[in-house]
Amino acid sequence: MAPETRGILPLADLQRLLDTLHIRGYRIAGPTVRDGAVMWETISQISDLPIGWRDHQEPGRYRLEQTGSAEIFGVVHGPQSLKPFAFAPREPLLQIKRAQGGFSAHPELPEPEKVAVIGARACDLAGLAIQDQIFLNSSYQDPYYAVRREELFVIAVNCTRALPTCFCASMDTGPRAKNGFDLALTEIDNQLVLEAGSEAGSDLLSALSLPLASHNVIGEAAARVEACARSQVRRLDHTRLPQALYDAYEHPRWDDVAARCLACANCTMVCPTCFCHTVEETPDLTGQQTEHARLWDSCFTQEHGYIHGKNVRPTIKDRYRMWITHKLASWIDQFGTSGCVGCGRCITWCPVGIDLTEELPALLASDGRQSAKSTSGNT
Amino acid sequence: MGVFKFASCDGCQLSILNLEDDLLALGQALDIAYFPEASSRMEAGPYDIALVEGSITTAEDAHRIRSVREQAIVLMTIGACATAGGIQALRNWADVESFKQVVYPSPQYIQSLSTSTPISGHVRVDFELWGCPIDKGQLLRIITDLLAGVRPRLSADSVCIECKRRGNVCVMVAKGIPCLGPVTRTGCGAICPSMGRDCYGCFGPTEGARTGPGMPPNTASLAHQFHQGLQLIPIEVVRRFRGINGDTESFKRESESWEKKM
Amino acid sequence: MINPYLIHPATIVEKIQEAEDIHTYRLRLNDEDARRNFRFTAGQFNMVYLFGVGEVAISIVSDPDEPERLDHTIRAVGRVTSAIGQLRAGDTVGIRGPFGQGWPLEDAHGHDIVIATGGLGCAPVVGAIEYIFRRRREYGSVKIIHGVKTPRDLLYHERFETWRRQPDTEVLLASDRPDETWRYHVGVVTELFERVPINAAKTLVLMCGPEIMMRLGVPILMGRGIPATAVYVSLERHMECGIGLCGHCQMGPYFLCKDGPVMRYDRVEPWLGRTGV
Repeated sequence: MAPETRGILPLADLQRLLDTLHIRGYRIAGPTVRDGAVMWETISQISDLPIGWRDHQEPGRYRLEQTGSAEIFGVVHGPQSLKPFAFAPREPLLQIKRAQGGFSAHPELPEPEKVAVIGARACDLAGLAIQDQIFLNSSYQDPYYAVRREELFVIAVNCTRALPTCFCASMDTGPRAKNGFDLALTEIDNQLVLEAGSEAGSDLLSALSLPLASHNVIGEAAARVEACARSQVRRLDHTRLPQALYDAYEHPRWDDVAARCLACANCTMVCPTCFCHTVEETPDLTGQQTEHARLWDSCFTQEHGYIHGKNVRPTIKDRYRMWITHKLASWIDQFGTSGCVGCGRCITWCPVGIDLTEELPALLASDGRQSAKSTSGNT
Repeated sequence: MGVFKFASCDGCQLSILNLEDDLLALGQALDIAYFPEASSRMEAGPYDIALVEGSITTAEDAHRIRSVREQAIVLMTIGACATAGGIQALRNWADVESFKQVVYPSPQYIQSLSTSTPISGHVRVDFELWGCPIDKGQLLRIITDLLAGVRPRLSADSVCIECKRRGNVCVMVAKGIPCLGPVTRTGCGAICPSMGRDCYGCFGPTEGARTGPGMPPNTASLAHQFHQGLQLIPIEVVRRFRGINGDTESFKRESESWEKKM
Repeated sequence: MINPYLIHPATIVEKIQEAEDIHTYRLRLNDEDARRNFRFTAGQFNMVYLFGVGEVAISIVSDPDEPERLDHTIRAVGRVTSAIGQLRAGDTVGIRGPFGQGWPLEDAHGHDIVIATGGLGCAPVVGAIEYIFRRRREYGSVKIIHGVKTPRDLLYHERFETWRRQPDTEVLLASDRPDETWRYHVGVVTELFERVPINAAKTLVLMCGPEIMMRLGVPILMGRGIPATAVYVSLERHMECGIGLCGHCQMGPYFLCKDGPVMRYDRVEPWLGRTGV
């Protein structure tokens, strides 16, 4: 998008954007402070947004702090990516009723809903693009995902502050939102630089009839995003993937990380790209009706690798190896891209703080076992 | 169906009564022939399904459970006491005689074993329903399956999975609260973390009895994090694991290893 | 948009006992359009559904040229299959499918065929064997090699005898824990791979059974000159969606429900040697 199409909006006027979306029939989802983190909730006012809050993230730890500033998008992210908007945690697929001669199955597609989500980060957009590829561009299209995705209007926020857990720059997914958004905002000194990324976004931008952002402001915004990229302390070197990880199948580091991993599945639940799901059948007591629904699943569960009477991945070591090998290696063979977007959520939301940017180099190191504690986070 | 009570608080039986509308449907789907908590009508066995609440804490109960087993086609335990010994299994680490002397004015009348043990320690159990109390949805699901002639199956996933599906914020990561959710099996709907507090493991360890070397639950890593990351001293770690399901193999092993560090 | 999750009711037309806990269910889709449009190839599978219980992946063993009749051989072992085992002719199940990649039987015209199986029954190759015998003249010699632990594990006993009587066909059986009635090879099935007469240049191998049999057996055949690209294996993983989306059936970079279950050996060889993947 050419710079001249960028508008400038004083922070206090963000309400105009929200109102315009409302008028156009959108439910607006934005980051709000809830239970010590930011979570997506339906919002209507600027005051619903986490004004003045910042997040501190490190392995296994997340804290919010109120700085007293007027900053609106100071919190980089919470545990939720864009994943739940299109790939619902629980999605009823079919209602199946007893009928003459057996049963009849009725698809239960979600009601189409216009949702505008404000505050998505570049890593979230990358995650959504990967999920789109899986659910919409595989051999079979998923109609449930398609309905939810169809009317999702994405307003991204360019990051000007990196968390210690961020490594999007090394994954080439951020911190600048390059595509996959309708509008992108950069918050700089009490104003927002707005950029359209789609026809719908351009249309909305014209409706706001904003003054054009000056070259100076645009340059400053770009500089801050670039500084954010440079400030990232974690990185993931994926140059030797996928093969190097396939070759690391017998590395002793798997035993080391398995001793720490809880197999609790938090990493896979917060991951913007993890797509495993299972089907749950819930019949009623009368046996007349049953619901066939899908649920988020994880490669860390017992059932995931179950085939008649045995589990092909019984140990935590098998499961962690499955996760990392899929995420960072076989994903490339399957989808032509890494399954990791560098958001760092799996690092923060692991209850024991396992850090894949620390595990990967250890797994690829030829000198065998390294202590879990001896390597620092940014190796 | 018969419902039998051993050493317990009756909370799981109350969960059956709390089924409300579903209780009527249940009464239509099967004949509740023996349920003293609910009705004075008590029919003799045999029973197609025996639900057993409570643990074995007396010699008499150890005898009675055999008779229940003989009268039942399917015997299913309901709740932490029957499935894992319950909170009263704390006596397994203590001197029951001294308790009797302190609590009762005439301790000689108290006939009690020195241990509280799960039903499976005495007779064959066909199915175990975890929880303190049980989840009524799980109970209904299992009965629905049994009525349909289907082998019941419950998820052994961690509570964390349910928390994340529900959109809860992790209390351990965001608040530093020592939560047993990562090593506890789902089934409750993540009630406690949904209310902003920690899971205390009332549904027992993930993957239950099917565990083995290198398999979940990894209580050692979680306990280490409680101690190193959240600064719990060893006795606090012991208390975390020695609760309602403290006598299950994995939780017991963990609490005993931290007891040595006290 | 087609809804790939939609389950189509099908009636059990006939239930044929194969062994104590194994039956073949002959299914007929209830909906006329669904029935007419159903096409499959040998080795593909359906997700078979039981009301209120769930779905399970089962290969179609009947003839692809008669797609209105769908045979599924099911062993009552898991939760869903045990419940299906209680059904009778006239009862209803559900079907989604067909899914996956089958055996390359059309490309195999003119080839000698070696079919190697192990363990308890092997429905995916039963369909392939029947397919070949119905078109006997299109193929060269047929060798059926089957290994069991104990003679008691030998299912489809009558079928093996029927197959043995087919022209230019040899059936070789092995048991590593035989009893006094065992008239065949004593030892593990892979020993038969060393001695079965083959013309390596024109042989295609279809294999189904424990992964360890593939891992140890295929190198023996390759040592006798059969290229890895002429060996096809049918693999098993947990399958729920059948369409490559639910993530359960992965083996290395493959989703076995859509890239398999039949895979050419050279593509999966690196993964077969590994446990826990």
